[in-house]
Amino acid sequence: MRTILHLLQKEFLQIFRNRMMLPIIFIMPLLQLIILVNAATMEMKNLNIFIVDQDLSVTSRLLVDRFSASPFFRISNWSTSLDEADETMERGKTDIILNIPGNFERDLVQENRAEVQLLVNAINGTVAGIGYSYAASIIGGFNREIITKWYQLPKNVVTLQSISAKPSFWYNPELNYKVFMVPAVLAILITVIGIFLSGLNIVREKELGTIEQINVTPIRKYQFIFGKLVPFLIIGLVELGFGLTIGKILFNIPINGSLFVLFTTASIYLITILGIGLLISTLASTLQQSIFISYFLIMVFMMMSGLFTSVETMPNWAQTINIINPIAYFMKLVRTILLKGSGFRDIYQDIAALVIYGITILSLATWRYRKTV
Amino acid sequence: MKRFWAFVRKEFFHIFRDKQTLLILFGMPIAQMLIFGFVISNEIRDVGIAILDQSNDVATQQLTDKILSSGYFLLEDKLSNSDEIEEVFRRGKVKEVIVFEPQFEQNLVRTGKANVQIIADASDANLANLISAYTNGIIQDYVNQKNVLIPKPMQIIPEVRMVYNEQLKGSFMFVPGIMALILMLISAMMTSISIVREKEMGTMEILLASPLKPFQIIVGKVVSYIVLAFTNAVTILLLGNFVFGVPIQGSVILLLLECILYIILALSLGILISSITDNQQVAMMISGFALMLPVILLSGFIFPIENMPIILQWVCQLMPAKWFIIIIKNIMLKGVGFGYVWKETLILIGMTILFLSISLKKFKIRLD
Repeated sequence: MRTILHLLQKEFLQIFRNRMMLPIIFIMPLLQLIILVNAATMEMKNLNIFIVDQDLSVTSRLLVDRFSASPFFRISNWSTSLDEADETMERGKTDIILNIPGNFERDLVQENRAEVQLLVNAINGTVAGIGYSYAASIIGGFNREIITKWYQLPKNVVTLQSISAKPSFWYNPELNYKVFMVPAVLAILITVIGIFLSGLNIVREKELGTIEQINVTPIRKYQFIFGKLVPFLIIGLVELGFGLTIGKILFNIPINGSLFVLFTTASIYLITILGIGLLISTLASTLQQSIFISYFLIMVFMMMSGLFTSVETMPNWAQTINIINPIAYFMKLVRTILLKGSGFRDIYQDIAALVIYGITILSLATWRYRKTV
Repeated sequence: MKRFWAFVRKEFFHIFRDKQTLLILFGMPIAQMLIFGFVISNEIRDVGIAILDQSNDVATQQLTDKILSSGYFLLEDKLSNSDEIEEVFRRGKVKEVIVFEPQFEQNLVRTGKANVQIIADASDANLANLISAYTNGIIQDYVNQKNVLIPKPMQIIPEVRMVYNEQLKGSFMFVPGIMALILMLISAMMTSISIVREKEMGTMEILLASPLKPFQIIVGKVVSYIVLAFTNAVTILLLGNFVFGVPIQGSVILLLLECILYIILALSLGILISSITDNQQVAMMISGFALMLPVILLSGFIFPIENMPIILQWVCQLMPAKWFIIIIKNIMLKGVGFGYVWKETLILIGMTILFLSISLKKFKIRLD
C-alpha cells in the first residue's frame, strides 16, 4: 500500500509541477465547453431569402409579406431580375431565391393554378431540406388563406377526415440543443483528457528513460498501473464536476438523476478509457506513435458515438461496431442519467458492459507492460 | 544547398521508418471519409417505439401496421396505461410512444377528427425531432389515402430546384469539412511535435550547432510534411470524387494551390505551437485538443455558422478552416474562379504571415 501511495505522490507532483499542463487540463476543456455548446445548434433562423417578384401584383406582395413575417427568413434582397439573384447566390450571400413569375396572379385566378419557383442553395443538404420545407409550408399556408378568402368554400362539401398528431417532447420540451449538447461535449472532453494523459504517460517514461529506474525497483506491475491510473481518474472526475457546475450555472441543464449514479458510472468509464490509454502507451515506442494512435481512436469513436448524429440513424453494422466503442456507452449513459434521471436499475446492462470492458482492457495493459527489457 | 537536401532526406527517413505512424497518417482520412459517408446520416431505421392503444379498433390497427411496416420503426413494447411511458423511456430502448385516444375510429368517422399523441424521448433532441416528423408523415399519408381526393381550387405550386446539389448529398458537406480538419490536424500536430521532440531529446542542440541556418532547419522539417499532407489532400479529393460523387467543377490547379496554401498555414501554426513549449505532451495537447473540436464545430463543417450567436460568429472568423471550407466549396461545387475566392485566399495568406512572424520572433537560436 505504501508503495502505491508513493507512486501516487510522484505522479501528482509530476503533473502539477508542469506549469503549462495545468491550464491545459483544467481551463482549456471548460472554455471549450462554454464556447462549443453554443456552436452546436441545428436550429434554423435567418435564412437569407432573395425575392424576385416579376408579377408585382397584390397577391404576390401578400405572399412576400408572409415571408418577411416569418422568423426563419430574412429578406436580404428584392429585385425583378432573376440573374441578379443568381449572382448573389454564387457569391454565397443568398440561401434561397423565391421567384414569382409574371402573370402569377392572373394564372391563379383564371387557370386555378400558378407556379412559384424556389431555388435553394443545397451545398448543405440538411439546411436546404429544412429551409425548403419552411418555405413550402409558408406558401401552403398562404394558399389556404386565399382559398378561404376568395372562394368561400361550399358549405355542404363532405368534411375531410383528419387526424391531428400532436408531438410532445419529454425531458426536453423545447428541443433545446444545449441541454442535449452539454452532457455530450462534457463526455468528449473528459475522454480526450483521459486518453491523452494516460496514452502519453508510460511512453514518455520510456522515451526519457525513466522507466528503467522504475523497472529496477520492487514495484509490482499492478502497482505501477494502479499508480498511473488513480491520478488521472481523480483529474477526470474533478473535471466532470467542474463541467457540470458550469453546465448548471450557464446553460441551466437539468440534473435529474442522482449524482452518485453519475459519478460511479463516470468512474467506471474513465477507468476503461484510461486503460485504453495505458494499453496504447505500453504498445507504442515513441510519443509520436502513441499520439497518433490515440488520436485516431478518439476520432473514430467520437464520430460514431452519437455526438452529432444519433446512433439510431446509423446502419446496423455500425451499431454493432459500437459494442466496442466506450464513448458510445458513456454518451448514452450521461444523457439518460442527467436528462431522464435513470437509476442503476434502468441502465445496469450498459454499466455491466463497461465494467467487463474496463477489466479486460486493464488486464491487457498490465499484461503488456513488461518490466524486463 | 546540398546540406539542406541532406537534412530534408533525413526528415523523410524519420517519417517513413515509423510504419505505424505512417499507416495512421494515411489511414485516418480514409477512415473518416468512410465513417461520414456510410455511418453518419439523418435517415432513421429500426428505432424502438412503444404503442399505447386506448381504442383497439380497425383504424388504430391499420395505422399501427402502417407505421411498423415503414421500416423506420420497431415495436419494442405495447403499453396498457400512461404510467408505463416514463418507465420505458428510462430504460432507454424505446425512443417514442404513440398514444391513440379512446374511440379513435368512431371519432374519425363521426366527427372527422381524431387525435394521436406522439411522445418522443427528447434527451436526444435531434432524433426526437426526426422521428416525430417521420411518424407524423406516415399518419398524414394514411389520412390522405382514406380521403377521396377532392380537386381543390386555386393551387399555388411551389417548384423547387436544389442548386449545386440536386440530390441533397451529405458528401458535399463532409468532404470539404474532412479536408479542412485532417490537413489542419496532421500538419499542425506533426510539425509541432517533431520540432518539440528535437528540443526535448536534446537533438535540437546538434542541429543548431550544425552549419545549417535555423531558417533552413525549419523549412527542411516543413517540406516533408507538405508532401505528406498534400498526398492526403489528393486522397480525400479522389475518394470524394470517385466514391462519393462530389464533383470538381472549377479548376483543379487552383484547388490544389489553395490546398497547399492551407497546408502551409497549418504548418506555420504548428511551428508557432512548437515555439511556445519544450514539452511534447504540451505540444500535443495544444495541437490535438485545442484544434480538434473547434475545427469541427466552429468552421461550418457540421453546424452552420449563420445559426450561432453573434459573438461566436466572430470567433468563427478567426478559424482558418472556415475560410478554407468556403474556398473549396466555391471551387469544387460552384465552379467559380479565383475572382470569387480572392478575399478568402488573402485572409489565409495574412494568417500564415502572422503565425510565421510571431514564431520567428519567438524562435530561439541560442541555447538557454
